[in-house]
Amino acid sequence: MLQEESDLSLIIAQIVQKLKGSNLYAQLERQAWASLQRPEIKLESLKEDIKEFFKISGWEKKLQNAVYSELSVFPLPSHPAAPPEHLKEPLVYMRKAQGSWEKRILKSLNSMCTELSIPLARKRPVGEQKELLNKWNEMGTDEPDLSLFRPVYAPKDFLEVLINLRNPNYENGDSLSFRTHLGLIQVPLKVKDIPELKEFFVELGLTTGQLGIDDSTQVPPELFENEHVRIGQKVLAEQDSAAAQQYVRQGSPTALRAELWALILNISSQPEDILYYEQLKTNVIQHDLLVDSLIYKDVKLTASNDDYYFVFEDYLYQVLLCFSRDTSVLGHFAYSSASPPKSYIRGKLGLEEYAVFYPPNGVIPFHGFSMYVAPLCFLYHEPSKLYQIFREMYVRFFFRLHSISSHPSGIVSLCLLFETLLQTYLPQLFYHLREIGAQPLRISFKWMVRAFSGYLATDQLLLLWDRILGYNSLEILAGKILAAAVFAFRAVNLMEVTSLAAAEAVLADLSTLKVMPLLQIFLFATVT
Amino acid sequence: MSRPKNQNYKGHGLPKGKEREGEWDFYWCDVSWLRENFDHTYMDEHVRISHFRNHYELTRKNYMVKNLKRFRKQLEREVGKLEAAKCDFFPKTFEMPCEYHLFVEEFRKNPGITWIMKPVARSQGKGIFLFRRLKDIMDWRKGTAGKKLTSLEAQPARSAINPSGSHDTRSSDDQKDEIPVENYVAQRYIENPYLIGGRKFDLRVYVLVMSYIPLRAWLYRDGFARFSNTRFTLNSIDDQYVHLTNVAVQKTSPDYHPKKGCKWMLQRFRQYLASKHGPEAVEKLFSDMDNIFVKSLQSVQKVIISDKHCFELYGYDILIDQDLKPWLLEVNASPSLTASSQEDYELKTCLLEDTLHVVDMEARLTGREKRVGGFDLMWNDGPVSREEGAPDLSGMGNFVTNTHLGCVNDRKKQLRQLFHSLQGQKKVPS
Repeated sequence: MLQEESDLSLIIAQIVQKLKGSNLYAQLERQAWASLQRPEIKLESLKEDIKEFFKISGWEKKLQNAVYSELSVFPLPSHPAAPPEHLKEPLVYMRKAQGSWEKRILKSLNSMCTELSIPLARKRPVGEQKELLNKWNEMGTDEPDLSLFRPVYAPKDFLEVLINLRNPNYENGDSLSFRTHLGLIQVPLKVKDIPELKEFFVELGLTTGQLGIDDSTQVPPELFENEHVRIGQKVLAEQDSAAAQQYVRQGSPTALRAELWALILNISSQPEDILYYEQLKTNVIQHDLLVDSLIYKDVKLTASNDDYYFVFEDYLYQVLLCFSRDTSVLGHFAYSSASPPKSYIRGKLGLEEYAVFYPPNGVIPFHGFSMYVAPLCFLYHEPSKLYQIFREMYVRFFFRLHSISSHPSGIVSLCLLFETLLQTYLPQLFYHLREIGAQPLRISFKWMVRAFSGYLATDQLLLLWDRILGYNSLEILAGKILAAAVFAFRAVNLMEVTSLAAAEAVLADLSTLKVMPLLQIFLFATVT
Repeated sequence: MSRPKNQNYKGHGLPKGKEREGEWDFYWCDVSWLRENFDHTYMDEHVRISHFRNHYELTRKNYMVKNLKRFRKQLEREVGKLEAAKCDFFPKTFEMPCEYHLFVEEFRKNPGITWIMKPVARSQGKGIFLFRRLKDIMDWRKGTAGKKLTSLEAQPARSAINPSGSHDTRSSDDQKDEIPVENYVAQRYIENPYLIGGRKFDLRVYVLVMSYIPLRAWLYRDGFARFSNTRFTLNSIDDQYVHLTNVAVQKTSPDYHPKKGCKWMLQRFRQYLASKHGPEAVEKLFSDMDNIFVKSLQSVQKVIISDKHCFELYGYDILIDQDLKPWLLEVNASPSLTASSQEDYELKTCLLEDTLHVVDMEARLTGREKRVGGFDLMWNDGPVSREEGAPDLSGMGNFVTNTHLGCVNDRKKQLRQLFHSLQGQKKVPS
């Protein structure tokens, strides 16, 4: 009891600390001062009156939302004596693995740099700056020669690293037992099983209405849809983050989705935010980074070739180029197992005073990275808002998909969850695929790393991302659960295939899948 | 759906088969064949042919304008200004060279706006250019206007069909008649098109007309939005690629990636708009489009030679402007049925299948159906209403039209249910 209390006060203290530096604090202060002029504020009951004023004017709600937002992102309280690395990642072997993976990436980047003799960063000549400024809204029309650039890594490279992860303290013995894991991931992390998942995802149950199922043409809208929309509008009117998050677990109506997500992520386009984005844009114009070419290449290879997203090519550049220069993103490394790569000014290798993070936001894009942004273009059309939403989604969720950690939403856990579910509930299929050399994880890994972006139809993807936001967890993601459900769905066909290539073919096109029915069937209708 | 073996379908795109005269029950014909043979071909009661004799009243830009203008005047006289204003979906158009002086008057009234010059009877974006100064068309006038086409230029439509019966590999959007004299129309260019991702696009929608008197028209739920490959700007009116969205033109653009296809299905387009503008605005836009289809057909109703053997599948090209107002660009009597991608292929095969269902050579339908596969009955000598209980988001009172453009198309299921119930009905002794 005492421990809980002190934990709570620790959390409160930390959140207060964080919020004190924020814009909201300044605004609240200003509002409090301004409110002194109001007749209902009396000197004797100053504190209560101001609190009352905040409640009525909606400022309390904003504060609530900010606190809620911090809580969502905040790592669990740990022992006060734990060093900061533990906050990032408690398991030593994971940290080590992530460290060596990062070294590899950086080496690859540096060698590309020397091979092509392109500097990691350079200042643009004035003429080029002007040109870029003119072309800012149509950077997609540029066709720079990118043939020499290769993506730094692709999801399958990352998968290889994960497969080779081992816990040195865990000895399984040579003999095969029922505990032996037949899948690719060989680390003993705790993952939820179906009864636990059912509990966690209770709102997805068969008896609760869902968008993605209960808004189909056969179901009369009075049964669920109309009421759901009405509630959604109410939630927006109240501007309550927590309520929105709860609401979105049952799916968000198309017309309300953009606002609901902004509410959950606590994004409101203040003038300061727009200014910040403009500042980033100026940075892009003034300096050219090597990662820019990587971003260009990635967009051209993935999003531009996609039937759904090719239209948004220009927005992708506008977001991703700014993203790589945004140093505020560095903040997320406090709770991520990853660390931003460092680069040294020429000639000063090893000297900490001359070290800079490269790229400025510490995130090196990989093949398919631009697909995190593409679905958001469907919802947000104003570049600075689109940018903010993406950044927030990245520092809350997406970063976990490409870093090695033991977090339950981290990619390692997701992979393990997937394999365990598949092995437990579809053992025949799992075994068959393994026999023909088509380990299921090899096929589904890419879906999960990209959060299914580019694989599912857009409307289905957005329904899925609704749930990610709603549960503040990637487990549903595509993750594992959906991936497992997809395999289950196509099980009959898969049982017949005899090669990895054929298995890939069966699972190549996910664009006709309906996400919610699949999830429900797998979670709630499967006999356990 | 199985095709009865005793029927004889003449394939789409076969060369005019003089050697197969009189042996068909159903002919999906070329307009050129029609022109030559329709008047002296005897057709039995049950025979169906896929064009109306004088469809060009609707599909040739200059005739369409004339008919629409006349219809508008009629509406104004008979019903009133408000109703007539519903016909204002066609940008101001003048036939050249006969209406040249009227055009100049209008031109002078609106200095600085952009105009577009389109040949009346060519397709795939050929011969189109934009201009802002009278000087530009003075030069053009001296050049080509009023001249007869050389025999070389008159060939294209025929050579597009090679002996094997398949079309040219360059996907032709539409085929047209060839006429000896080149006529043009000058049309006000829509300078504020709705842009997605900075690109201009137009919509292709399919309307099936089974008869003009009475007017029976069906609207297909699917269709697509065709994107221009480059970003829209009014700075470069010489750049065809920016302004013309025909796939035929886009295919020759240096930016073109064949895999892309530059197309969005209408469902996606509708969803995109709904998430941006809300469902009410989208409802209004789509009901304005319904208005375009119906009014355009009504305007030629009295002029088209109605023949019970004829039906026609039209491809409507619609442009949306930034105020979410739809404009009619043109109507095509022979919309392209070649596919540029897998999605496209599915759409067009289902479209053809459903067309055949509606035409109903097998006489399975009762004639009272409001929906067949992906087609919804839009107009049946009067507006057709949706099933009871549909929410009326357009705010036009209780009446909601029976159109579902861009909506879910669960045609297979519907067809199954439909034919199942028809079979059941037949079993009942009369």
